[in-house]
Amino acid sequence: MSIGIAVISLGLLALIFGLILGYAAIRFKVKADPIVEQIDAILPQTQCGQCGYPGCKPYANAIANGDAINKCPPGGEAVIVKLADLMGVEPTKLEGEEKPKAVAFVHEDECIGCTKCIQACPVDAILGATRQMHTVIADECTGCELCVAPCPTDCIEMIPIDETTKTWQWDLQSISIKEVQ
Amino acid sequence: MIQSILAHIKQGKLWRFAGGVFPSERKSLSNQQPILPALIPTELVIPLNQHIGEPADLLVKVGDSVLKGQPLTHHNNFRALPVHASTSGKVTAIESRPSCHPSGLPEISIIIAPDGNDTWIERHPTTDISQLDRHAIIDKIHLAGIAGKGGAGFPAHLKLSGKADIELLIINGIECEPYITADDMLMREYASELIQGIEIIEQVTQCKHTVIAIESNKPEAIAALSEYNNEQRRVTVVPTKYPSGGEKQLIELITGKQVPNKGYPIDMGILMHNVGTAFAIKRAVMDDEPLISRIVTITGEAFEQRGNVHALIGTPIEQLIAPFNLQPQDNQTRLIIGGPMMGFTLPSASAPIIKTTNCILAPTEQELPTPGQEMACIRCGECADACPASLLPQQLYWYAKSNDHEKLREYNLFDCIECGSCAYVCPSEIPLVQYYRIGKADIRQQEQEAKKAEIARVRHEARQARLEREKQEREARNKAAAEKRKAQILANQEKTPATASTDQDVPAKDAVAQALERAKAKRTAEPQDDDMAAVRKARKEQARLAKLAKQAQTEDAPTQQTKAEATSTAKTTNPAVAAALARAKAKKEAQQGEQPITHSDSEPAPSSAPTKNSAVAAAIARAKAKKAAQQSEAETETAAKTESEPEQSTAPTKNPAVAAAIARAKAKKAAQQSEAETETAAKTEPEPEQSTAPTKNPAVAAAIARAKAKKAAQQSEAETETAAKTESEPEQSTAPTKNPAVAAAIARAKAKKAAQQSEAETKTETKTETTAKTESEPEQSTAPTKNPAVAAAIARAKAKKAAQQSEAETAAKTESEPEQSTAPTKNPAVAAAIARAKAKKAAQQGEAVNASDKAPELEKPAAASKNPAVAAAIARAKAKKAEQQAKHEQMQPDSQKDNR
Amino acid sequence: MKLNLASSPFSRKALKTPELMRLVMLCLIPGVFVQWYVFGWGNLIQIMIAGILAVVTEAIILAIRNKPVIRTIKDNSALLTGVLLGISLPPYTPWWITAIGIVFAILVVKHLYGGLGQNLFNPAMVAYVLLLISFPVHMTSWVPPESLMQHSVTFADAWSLIASGFSIDGYSLQQIKTAVDGTTMATPLDTLKTDLGHGLTVSESLNKPIFGTFAGFGSEWISIAFLVGGLFLLKQKAIGWQIPASFLGGLFVISLMGYLSDPDTMVSPLIHLFSGASIFAAFFILTDPVSASTTPRGRIIFGVLIALLTYVIRTWGGYPDAIAFAVILANMCVPLIDYYTQPSVYGSRKA
Repeated sequence: MSIGIAVISLGLLALIFGLILGYAAIRFKVKADPIVEQIDAILPQTQCGQCGYPGCKPYANAIANGDAINKCPPGGEAVIVKLADLMGVEPTKLEGEEKPKAVAFVHEDECIGCTKCIQACPVDAILGATRQMHTVIADECTGCELCVAPCPTDCIEMIPIDETTKTWQWDLQSISIKEVQ
Repeated sequence: MIQSILAHIKQGKLWRFAGGVFPSERKSLSNQQPILPALIPTELVIPLNQHIGEPADLLVKVGDSVLKGQPLTHHNNFRALPVHASTSGKVTAIESRPSCHPSGLPEISIIIAPDGNDTWIERHPTTDISQLDRHAIIDKIHLAGIAGKGGAGFPAHLKLSGKADIELLIINGIECEPYITADDMLMREYASELIQGIEIIEQVTQCKHTVIAIESNKPEAIAALSEYNNEQRRVTVVPTKYPSGGEKQLIELITGKQVPNKGYPIDMGILMHNVGTAFAIKRAVMDDEPLISRIVTITGEAFEQRGNVHALIGTPIEQLIAPFNLQPQDNQTRLIIGGPMMGFTLPSASAPIIKTTNCILAPTEQELPTPGQEMACIRCGECADACPASLLPQQLYWYAKSNDHEKLREYNLFDCIECGSCAYVCPSEIPLVQYYRIGKADIRQQEQEAKKAEIARVRHEARQARLEREKQEREARNKAAAEKRKAQILANQEKTPATASTDQDVPAKDAVAQALERAKAKRTAEPQDDDMAAVRKARKEQARLAKLAKQAQTEDAPTQQTKAEATSTAKTTNPAVAAALARAKAKKEAQQGEQPITHSDSEPAPSSAPTKNSAVAAAIARAKAKKAAQQSEAETETAAKTESEPEQSTAPTKNPAVAAAIARAKAKKAAQQSEAETETAAKTEPEPEQSTAPTKNPAVAAAIARAKAKKAAQQSEAETETAAKTESEPEQSTAPTKNPAVAAAIARAKAKKAAQQSEAETKTETKTETTAKTESEPEQSTAPTKNPAVAAAIARAKAKKAAQQSEAETAAKTESEPEQSTAPTKNPAVAAAIARAKAKKAAQQGEAVNASDKAPELEKPAAASKNPAVAAAIARAKAKKAEQQAKHEQMQPDSQKDNR
Repeated sequence: MKLNLASSPFSRKALKTPELMRLVMLCLIPGVFVQWYVFGWGNLIQIMIAGILAVVTEAIILAIRNKPVIRTIKDNSALLTGVLLGISLPPYTPWWITAIGIVFAILVVKHLYGGLGQNLFNPAMVAYVLLLISFPVHMTSWVPPESLMQHSVTFADAWSLIASGFSIDGYSLQQIKTAVDGTTMATPLDTLKTDLGHGLTVSESLNKPIFGTFAGFGSEWISIAFLVGGLFLLKQKAIGWQIPASFLGGLFVISLMGYLSDPDTMVSPLIHLFSGASIFAAFFILTDPVSASTTPRGRIIFGVLIALLTYVIRTWGGYPDAIAFAVILANMCVPLIDYYTQPSVYGSRKA
């Protein structure tokens, strides 16, 4: 008898709490970005394929499905840290090496207008037409280097982005002091 | 509101601002003697951009002589400021020189070697400024290149040209930074000119009241300017406290109001100018002197002499300080530009004086000791007490250290004015300002990168979407074309004989003439530059028509085509043969569709050209092609050249047939070897054609062409578009042929092939290439025979094979070039056929982005043709192509024109 | 000529952390002197023991943590912690208790939180509380002022007491504690609390010899000496005015209200201010920059909060003096206080 009361009362309690929880789950549902979108937002969008996937979005998908977070050299350590934070895993060492930021440059005298680089460019940052000299829109170039290999005349060079007084990062240690007089 | 403030101001009431510190002023070091006159240095380095905003355009070039005050740059927009020659001399270089910037990074500068005469450019001084209207004055100030002397170098004219009503003008003579006395000396020595400058600003802004704010530690300056006090203008003495000279702090001090976070003083009806700016404005407006010199304080105990000096803009700092005898401090020499609170150390003394340089400070170690090592923050809160922006520097420090950008923002890092008060009071000697600067720079950079990444992402996604769409379109098209082709084959079999007989009459001379004229007209009407635009327009038009046409495609298209072919074949002497040939070619082309790129350098061509025997030449060409193909795995271009030698040896053979056979054999071999994505192979191919061009025997040429085509087809696993070029060139060779029938046939063949291509993707590659080859060989050998029927048969065989091999999307170029080659043909039918073929192919290209390229080419050949029919055909071809292009949204820049 | 690069500002105020800490210690001298005068050598010896142990502990931990030892020791912060604890302890606390306290303060309260600047709590006060609840007997073994003692304690006696628990003459601490009148001495606040518990009125209790002219006998003078030192610190701008002012002001107002409501059971403000550790804490404990609030408004709240807690614990709690508890409780509130008292940034104020 007393067991019956206990069971019933516990059952009722469970039911009530269950209802409350269920309601809360619906009422207070947090609308979060799908994880892939969040990962994609962290990735640098160079679309370089150095991670082994044909772009940043596929890699974001792969990460969401459990791939390693350390395959993005253009993003470097910073991206790994952010991804680790988002995915709740330990940051790991970068696979590959971080290179200074660079943009592609077409040596125009050597360009034969083959358009191969145009097809390779993941962000359509190369301008040109068949048998016309091509050029890179530096502002749109992500520095992915995908256009370098296809060039039959090796006329594309990755030129590191120069630091100017406008982009300088206040790193006093890096300034070399010249002796004068 | 502003009225009550003005009332308070007139009573001399002052408010206070939060924080602030009291560093030792040390102004007496440099304000004891009058300002020294400017010296002319041995070289002037004038950076193009000395202010916030964009640089202006260069007006001078190396070697030019310039006069003092002559503008060196021309402002290209309202935000840009020009720079001027500070003295007369010669421009010796325009190059990057170390800048007057904490990084010392080189900036593009104009280097002038002074001639020592200091000759002024012609000036037009005015004394009566009331004659000038507001815009004229602002223009003068702009042209004089006046950047605010307050520190940041904000262009003065921009501040003056605001639309808002100015109630209160504040002239900032605070100079709260320790050590600096440039403004102090200016106010003492040039009080009357300064007041004239202020009057100009008053006139421009129509302000109600002017406050000249001076710190209490400058009694001489206060006395000098107080003489000019009047109803609308008075000197307000401000207690000495750092940083009361900051724009926002001074406004709070004088009005009791804070400048809103995202706002500007001008929103409150307040305008502030530095005394130096007011002085420069006077000189610019009344004396017509641009900003070419400024007063610079040279101070600090490391200098033996100290004082203020007029310095020409561009004077290298090392030359300017030379007379002041800088005593090197063992390993501790610091050259600080600006004051001890907000200045920066200079990495190179060769940097020039620029418009914002107000002080050069060289302290001894005792005077301003280098900070010891940073110790742990003890959270004493002194920094928060000192912060004039009421920030919490110690929190910012934690977050800056841990790179927590979100928190930095939350704690209003960007409201930090980098005045240095927090670091000044910090007992743990933490370089707080440095942390904030790095934090700010980091955040800015990350923002920029995020922006860039977003753009890249959008562009990438757009591209992906486009590729996907193109693929689908292509598939749909291929299917449609396949059906068309089936219908066509049927139609052909029925119709050809019939039409052949009907259209035998001589082509109307009139028609030819008309076509010529039209072509010419077109040419003249569309000069090179306008070609593209015009063509595009035409294409759009046609695209619309084509779309309509396409809707009825399933039934219409095949019939149209058969009709077209019928007409073309009608004019050929032996239409059947021609048709067959044409079909063959078409097939071939289709196979090549995927081929690697060619660059048609015609190096070997000249050597073979002079040979008298065209067959031989052809052979040579083929040989070359083969060789090239074999090398194709190497990417060397040189190889191709070396191989060309053997051909030359074979050149003298007199028997063309033999040569042709040999050549074909070679071609085959080559084809099999090449699996390549090599460009070299591609390159070599065009060459043969050129050499064969002058051949007298068309059959041979055709054979050659076919051989080449075959090879090309096999090579094609690459996805390049230009490959198409290779094929087109065979036609070039056939162009001069005297036998129109052949040409026509070729053309038709091409057309067919194209059609078959459309199915290509669905079809299996069941047929082996070897069979293909075996088929082709017979033709070639028979080619020299005079029997067209044979040729036709051969061609057809080939065509079939080709179709099956092709998985290809043909390139844009393919069609355009054929025309060129066929253009000179005398037989319009041929041309028409070709055109049709092209049209078909074009249809398949669907994405035919390359329109701009092609279009001109299309027209040109058409023009040259004598027969209107040709032109018509071409036009139709174009129309089709255009239709497909039209579908393609022009979302992408021209850069994509080439993609497939 | 080689140019040196540095970051602005190049001008710096003279008062650095080590000097600041040293200045604080110098300002403790008057109070310590009076404390010695009134209570004998005990606290001086405690200060010495605690100071030395603090520095040694700090050095060892720094070495273990791979931090620069000498440079960090030179910031004087560990020494100051030791000195503060030494002042706070009963004069003849056994040395090992002092040792436990100081090691705990430096090791756990300071370094386990990340070292100087990172600790949430005031190390000296946490150590004090730890000792108080771990060794209640020893930690409440306050001795009467020298003049009220039966047995006077010499320097050697003091050493012996601290080292072994017995004076040279063999008296135990319990015997030493006994006052002239034979009663066992406690602190003035303790006495008051006990008496009130026994039903005596405040005025009756105040007649006991342990009370002086207006507060605890002796402790009133010690407080005045600390006040002098504290005011000098204020003048030197080594500490802000907000915390001492708000704490003392708060304590005064609260105790005044209590006193006025019921003078018989509630202690007068003067006793609250000048007995026990109020003054000493106001200038030297609460102003510990690390664990106190950093915003101007926050500091005032912080001071008032401690005053309130102190008063509550003193009046209704189980412990006679309550500064240490109050400080720790307030330390816990600091992050919250800081967060909600951020000054409004320039320009965010509505015009």
